[in-house]
Amino acid sequence: METATAQAQAANGAPVFYVKEDEHEHSGGSTMLGFWIYLMSDCLVFAVLFATFGVLGRNYAAGPSGADLFDLRLVAVNTTMLLISSITYGFAMLAMDKGRQAAVQGWLVVTGLFGLAFIGIELYEFSHLIHEGATPQRSAFLSSFFTLVGTHGLHVSFGLLWLTVLMVQVSRRGLIEANRRRLMCLSMFWHFLDVVWIGVFTFVYLMGVLK
Amino acid sequence: MSGSQDHAQGHHAQGHHGESHATDHDAHEAPHGSLRGYVTGFVLSVILTAIPFWLVMADVLGNSTLTALVIMGFAAVQIVVHMIYFLHMNGRAEGGWSMMALIFTIIIVVIALSGSLWVMYHLNANMMPDMHRM
Repeated sequence: METATAQAQAANGAPVFYVKEDEHEHSGGSTMLGFWIYLMSDCLVFAVLFATFGVLGRNYAAGPSGADLFDLRLVAVNTTMLLISSITYGFAMLAMDKGRQAAVQGWLVVTGLFGLAFIGIELYEFSHLIHEGATPQRSAFLSSFFTLVGTHGLHVSFGLLWLTVLMVQVSRRGLIEANRRRLMCLSMFWHFLDVVWIGVFTFVYLMGVLK
Repeated sequence: MSGSQDHAQGHHAQGHHGESHATDHDAHEAPHGSLRGYVTGFVLSVILTAIPFWLVMADVLGNSTLTALVIMGFAAVQIVVHMIYFLHMNGRAEGGWSMMALIFTIIIVVIALSGSLWVMYHLNANMMPDMHRM
């Protein structure tokens, strides 16, 4: 493709020293790719935490196991919250494409509320576990559990902070090019966290309950 | 925006590779997916989430190893669904570099996960007798 473009332009008589990139998808230049590479590095962080949990996840130190601790109904509700917040963020992006600022803000609020619900349920679960004596210090299983799920929860919390900041930005400056780029980055971040959560509920919760 | 001009040139060049005009045009129209795409992804995700929870909570299969393998399969499919419908991953985004970064990451993740589990399993298996003798 590059040679074809170069030849086509050279045929016009003008010398060509570089090939214009096929940048029709995003006007944010290389920001999207850079942010994607950040997400991939974040993916490696989670991979290491998953590997740690995979190695230590059955070392209960005569303490409680996942089957004793986890309430799958709560996890199912939590998963639903994150999944719904994913599609509502998608609706915000669709509204952004159409330039409807009020709709974008509305969907961002809905996304934020579902994200808050997710964090709220997770904090309730954590406090419940700690109240029962299942603290991170109790066993290797619980240390790795709190590290993995807590890191995901921290990501979601910072995503919510980012979401709030972006809502202020959009309300002040409108859907300008920079804000669109930021919203696209947060979109990738938010959907990425949902992908990580698929791994969490499958490997930690569902397989933790299985004997 | 210089997008339309680049776009036209892109088509000219891509014609040699037989890339369909329609798909590329659609990507230009809706870079962040369409309503139908999001709804499709959401419905698939709900189904792919609900079935593993049901399998585990109702203990449908009665065999935990089989259940574990099945829910891991569902997780893998759901991750692909999210990648396609929510993260809009395809071979064309950012000139293919997003996909390259993703493939590279998947390779590293697989090495990190399988390598850790493999090494630590054998380490445990070999250390255990000594631990008991102590």
